[in-house]
Amino acid sequence: MNKEQNNHIFNFLEKGIRFDGRKLDEYRKIKIEKGFSENAEGSARVTLGDTIVFAGVKLSVEQPYSDTPDKGTMMINAELMPLSNPDFEPGPPAIQAIELARVIDRGIRESGAIDTKKLCIKKEEKVWSVLIDICTVNDDGNLFDASALAVVAALQNTKMPYYDGNIVDYKKKTKDALPLNLKKMPTSCTIIKIGNHFIVDPTYEEEKNVEARLTVEVEEDGALCALQKGGDKSLTAEDIDKMVGIGIEKSKELRKFL
Amino acid sequence: MAYTKRNDGRKFDETRPIEAKAGVIKRADGSAYFKIGKTAAYVAVYGPREIHPKFLQNPRNGKLRCYYNMMPFSSMGNRVRPGANRRAKEIAMVTEKALLPVVDLTEFPNSVVDVFIELPQTDAGTRCAGICAASMALADAGIPMKGMVAAVSMGRVDDKLVVDLDYSEESYEKGTVADIPIAIVSNTQEVSLLQMDGELSRDELKQAIEIVKKSCSKIDKIQRNALKERYEVKNE
Amino acid sequence: MGKLLVEDKTIVTPGEELAEGMDFLPAEGTFRDKDKIISSRLGLININGRVIKTIPVAGRYTPKKEDTIIAKVTNILMSGWILDIDSAYSAMLSVKETRDFIRRDADLTRYYNIGDYIVTDIVMVTSQKLIDASMKGLGTRKLIGGRIVKVNPHKVPRIIGKKGSMVSMIKNATGCNIIVGQNGLVWINGSPENEIIVVKIIRKIEQEAHISGLTDRIKTFLEKETNKKISIQKVE
Repeated sequence: MNKEQNNHIFNFLEKGIRFDGRKLDEYRKIKIEKGFSENAEGSARVTLGDTIVFAGVKLSVEQPYSDTPDKGTMMINAELMPLSNPDFEPGPPAIQAIELARVIDRGIRESGAIDTKKLCIKKEEKVWSVLIDICTVNDDGNLFDASALAVVAALQNTKMPYYDGNIVDYKKKTKDALPLNLKKMPTSCTIIKIGNHFIVDPTYEEEKNVEARLTVEVEEDGALCALQKGGDKSLTAEDIDKMVGIGIEKSKELRKFL
Repeated sequence: MAYTKRNDGRKFDETRPIEAKAGVIKRADGSAYFKIGKTAAYVAVYGPREIHPKFLQNPRNGKLRCYYNMMPFSSMGNRVRPGANRRAKEIAMVTEKALLPVVDLTEFPNSVVDVFIELPQTDAGTRCAGICAASMALADAGIPMKGMVAAVSMGRVDDKLVVDLDYSEESYEKGTVADIPIAIVSNTQEVSLLQMDGELSRDELKQAIEIVKKSCSKIDKIQRNALKERYEVKNE
Repeated sequence: MGKLLVEDKTIVTPGEELAEGMDFLPAEGTFRDKDKIISSRLGLININGRVIKTIPVAGRYTPKKEDTIIAKVTNILMSGWILDIDSAYSAMLSVKETRDFIRRDADLTRYYNIGDYIVTDIVMVTSQKLIDASMKGLGTRKLIGGRIVKVNPHKVPRIIGKKGSMVSMIKNATGCNIIVGQNGLVWINGSPENEIIVVKIIRKIEQEAHISGLTDRIKTFLEKETNKKISIQKVE
């Protein structure tokens, strides 16, 4: 990006609009379809503008971790699939995929959204393990927020498979939902800083101009449950406070979709 | 015991219900969605584009490169660990061979056309669904093609030849099963994919190919309609 | 003697039979197989007397000699600049193909730096797709400021219009500077509100390119968006 191209972007931002006509704090159209993958215990398909992300939940019975013998376990994995962006290459997860998975993991884990105590089958021996996978299908920016919505929506429609004490019968789903703390479900809002302006929900094109970004995950009562700063430039303490404020505001809007 | 009625009530030469759509992934140069029964495949085509690493370049012809992957939550049963395994690599290779007879990459020396196949939900017949979607996606990407490719899994369940095996038939326990994925090139009616898992007689194979040609003809119409729908002029 | 199997100006798919008989002549995007003429890609069929061709509707840009395109500088060598022209191949702009006289030890970044967008002409495309660009032509220049929008390269003729009539109409109504590259890159420079209108119009043209009466519909849409009355220049 050279100086004149940057200035051109600032011309827009000064007037409170972006290249696609949106206001600085406006999200693109969001659509969530729950349960689209019948074989998964829970799944969701999210479209955020043109960005499309799938999330799926698989459950299995495992041994608990030794330091939490009476709690279920959880793991989140993300794939930036080459299908979704010409710049993504096939192979082991790139660092961006690892970051995405870990940030969303922290949001779910730290908020206590999954009631892991209720996932205990037999203390020290058997617990339910929740395996969540994020797959990007079309990347037009803001994979963070789209993935976070997909993961929460997938958890919300997860049903426990039938377990007879010995083997899990995946073909028989019970009516029991995955034990969740609904009030703790986090939403994610990614805010990026360009010049002196803050914009939410960047498109792929806008992400190329990111100087710094902050992903803020918020619970229903406004408590922060995950934070991640990205980008090459630094943020002032005031910037951060402003961005967190935007995140909390937007969280209320996003929550309505879940 | 003879297999007299299919588990889901289909006729022996009937495929599961099919859904097909083109242009579903905006970032891609071409894309398609193909669903047969519960098996769904998304395909994105990127190319022709520069090939990396450079030593793979072919100065006479563009290269076709396929990738096949099942999403971790796609199958009934345990989670599928992500990462290319041997099965996926083999399927990618036979998919490539299934598509090469129709694709003409002579105008794109030193470049590559990448085909990415991903399945969010599987119920047998995945490589065939992938090939059907890939053929549509390549056309959607404007790649020069002499024809299109349709594929479906023939099966022998006990003594019956059936079209489009589903998972319950693939794992039929009361008798023997043969799983025969076959791809047919539209214009020439030639076979570009043929694999077989199980036991089959020579006669049964001959019959199977003739039956598949009919099914693929129907699939071919669905593929073309999906492409036309995408580009058709919507008159006011 | 000859029979047309499809209607003119409809979408055809690869391998689709377009005509029967030796009367018809296969042109671009079609080929002859015995007595049939067959489409070799997804395209819009165009029948001109006995000549049948298909117009591509999808696919990446194919560089052609004499095209004026918008390119991005991606690398600087001793002898010139490497350009990304949004196709499978990059182009080379040699120092000899600029209007300025550039000394051997000059700092090339002072002329065109990495990340700069330029309007340039393609002067040569070899069989191995080595592409030479030139800045000697009339319309060539470096682009300062503004923004770049990507469109389907096959819709460029409609966006430009006959002798530039469409793009002129949009320029006049919005006061924006607009340059359309044959490779599908469009440069827009104006006030934010007007640029957004331009992008809306371009997307509308892309979607409705094949429907007749496009110019009038765009004129009405423009008038609504800009609250101005527009007169269409008669093109001789």
